[in-house]
Amino acid sequence: MSIKNEYMLDIKSLRAGIAEREILKGINLTINPGEVHAVMGPNGSGKSTLAQVLAGNPAYEVLGGSATYNGEELLVLEPEVRAQKGIFLAFQYPVEIPGVTNAYFLRSAYNEIRKARGEEEIDPLDFLDLIEERMKLVEMDSSMLNRSVNAGFSGGEKKRNEILQMAVLQPKLAILDETDSGLDIDALRIVAGGVNALRRPDNATIVVTHYQRLLNYIVPDFVHVLANGRIVRSGGKELALELEERGYDWLLDAA
Amino acid sequence: MTDAVLTQAPDSPEVERVGAPIPHATRDARAAEYVGQFGEFARGQEPMWLGAQRRAAIESFATLGFPTTSNEDWHFTSVAALLERTYVPVATASEALSARDIARFQFEGDWQTLVFLNGHFVGQLSQIESGLKVYAGPMSDALSDEARARIVERHFGGLADTRTHAFTALNSAFSGDGAFIHVAADTVAPRNVHLLFVSDDAAEGALVSPRNAIVLEHHAEATVMESYVALGNANYLTNAVTEVYVGDGARLRHYKIQRESINAYHVGSWYANQGRACTYEAFSFAIGADMSRTNIATLLDGEGSHVSLDGLYLVNGDQTVDHQTSVIHAKESCTSHELYKGVLDGDSHAVFNGKVYVHPEAQKTDGKQSNNNLLLSEGARVDTKPQLEIYADDVKCTHGATIGPVDSTALFYLKSRGIGPSIAIRLLTYAFAAEVLEELTIPAVRDELERLAFERFAVGA
Repeated sequence: MSIKNEYMLDIKSLRAGIAEREILKGINLTINPGEVHAVMGPNGSGKSTLAQVLAGNPAYEVLGGSATYNGEELLVLEPEVRAQKGIFLAFQYPVEIPGVTNAYFLRSAYNEIRKARGEEEIDPLDFLDLIEERMKLVEMDSSMLNRSVNAGFSGGEKKRNEILQMAVLQPKLAILDETDSGLDIDALRIVAGGVNALRRPDNATIVVTHYQRLLNYIVPDFVHVLANGRIVRSGGKELALELEERGYDWLLDAA
Repeated sequence: MTDAVLTQAPDSPEVERVGAPIPHATRDARAAEYVGQFGEFARGQEPMWLGAQRRAAIESFATLGFPTTSNEDWHFTSVAALLERTYVPVATASEALSARDIARFQFEGDWQTLVFLNGHFVGQLSQIESGLKVYAGPMSDALSDEARARIVERHFGGLADTRTHAFTALNSAFSGDGAFIHVAADTVAPRNVHLLFVSDDAAEGALVSPRNAIVLEHHAEATVMESYVALGNANYLTNAVTEVYVGDGARLRHYKIQRESINAYHVGSWYANQGRACTYEAFSFAIGADMSRTNIATLLDGEGSHVSLDGLYLVNGDQTVDHQTSVIHAKESCTSHELYKGVLDGDSHAVFNGKVYVHPEAQKTDGKQSNNNLLLSEGARVDTKPQLEIYADDVKCTHGATIGPVDSTALFYLKSRGIGPSIAIRLLTYAFAAEVLEELTIPAVRDELERLAFERFAVGA
């Protein structure tokens, strides 16, 4: 017996790169609903490339292999279609958009996703209620709604804003790209708290990180180590602790 | 927000000329037709001095002729299209305008509107302000009062350059009605003044030559909006001139909205003279006309004054939009801030030429000038030329220009949140334009221009 949608995400021999340089050299990874996967690795290993390719950044080129999302070929879809189908990327470097308020941006995104699913646009006042409730999750002040998207935000504010977007858009598959980088311990706790509050049995999370410290707060079910564009080791959460103790070199040597 | 590149080095000697060259014979023959029709140009009763100014102006125009692209100020904009016919002033006023026709061009709030249709004042749709301290009404009415006519005479033609600017000479010869606004010393005009120049289908082939003067005595304040709008798609030529006197300590907000017929040509020239410690805020918003040209020149002729020159142009199809600004710092401690932004789609063409000239005695000058352009298509083209000429040694002046497409990183960010490309590009375009609209200090005007800007790119992209 075969079930078509066996995995939420099924990546097979994925190769991808940028500007004719191959970065991902054959990734295999499967993710089920309810799971949290950590993707770790040294700088330049391809962690961020994997996140960007899954979200559909046109700057990256897919060179081979496949990725299916709920049984559907993912890599041919436009980024906005992926988002409408429930994929969310929390950016390592959130983009500043002066002139567009956070509130307008969030409501546009929320409504576009609803429209793509054949649902009605939300009433602006109802949306305000929704967003104010979600802002509590990441301890954001409502004044941030009237500021331009990420413009003049501190590093911590930008990352919290990413998690706020995630809380509003309620993705099925969230990919957090180095969300911990540049965060102090308080901001890290707030961001991780937000992510944990959004965990449900029917959604999954990929946490891309260099360091183990975020994983103290967002506890993964699986840890994968990426090196030179390949997954060189997979294990449980104890693997992250081992990496924290021993660094990456012993795995690079083994690879 | 864009990866900016300066494509046009200032004063580069070899630059491509735009448009087909106009044969000299055609150009001269066309100019001669305008000179020829001056004899028949019907003018009602008007003062002797005005007739003398007209005759001097037509002589100057006969000498100058229409500009060619070898004229430095017309290097990138060809007037060939408007030389295909001879435009003729509309002799009689049309009665065909109703309040309902113009309702959508009005602003929220307390405005006094002066309506002109195809060059003629429409009294029943207008409100004349005629008090002891403030006058705002049509030039024709101002000249009918002897005392007021003397104030007009002292200012009319005092700033407009008919010796070197052919279109200004042409306006001065054929000038029709326009507005005269006079605010006495230490007085604030009670209402914002809206000059609404309407062209309808009867404007087909018309030469419309509005002529305005705004005079603010010392410590006076006023807001004046010039709107150029069309009911229909007629082919006509608007050639407007406004002379602006900003007295010591006075403050004038002076805006233009150019939304002419898509088949029309528009040339609008503002000549300003600023006294001491005064403020002149000039804003130009341009979305209409097949070809439009806006000239704004100000002379900072008193210490400690400020001028802001801002603008936004949004064009597509085959439109050409050209802005030429000139700021002359003649006295110490003046500031000039200039921001022009443009969004271009289709095969449209934008020209920006900004001159800042600092006299040797204008120490402590603070001048800032930028022109930023967003290109939404491969076919769009921008020629930008910010220029500084500085002859004082203790000044702070900067200038720059950018031309670039929508930022691909920002576009991906929006798409990754489920927003499709057409809405994403519209949002980024709007955000790009919003920065300059924030300079507008009257909320009703800012809101209206934001709406027009957003609407402009609602389709396509």
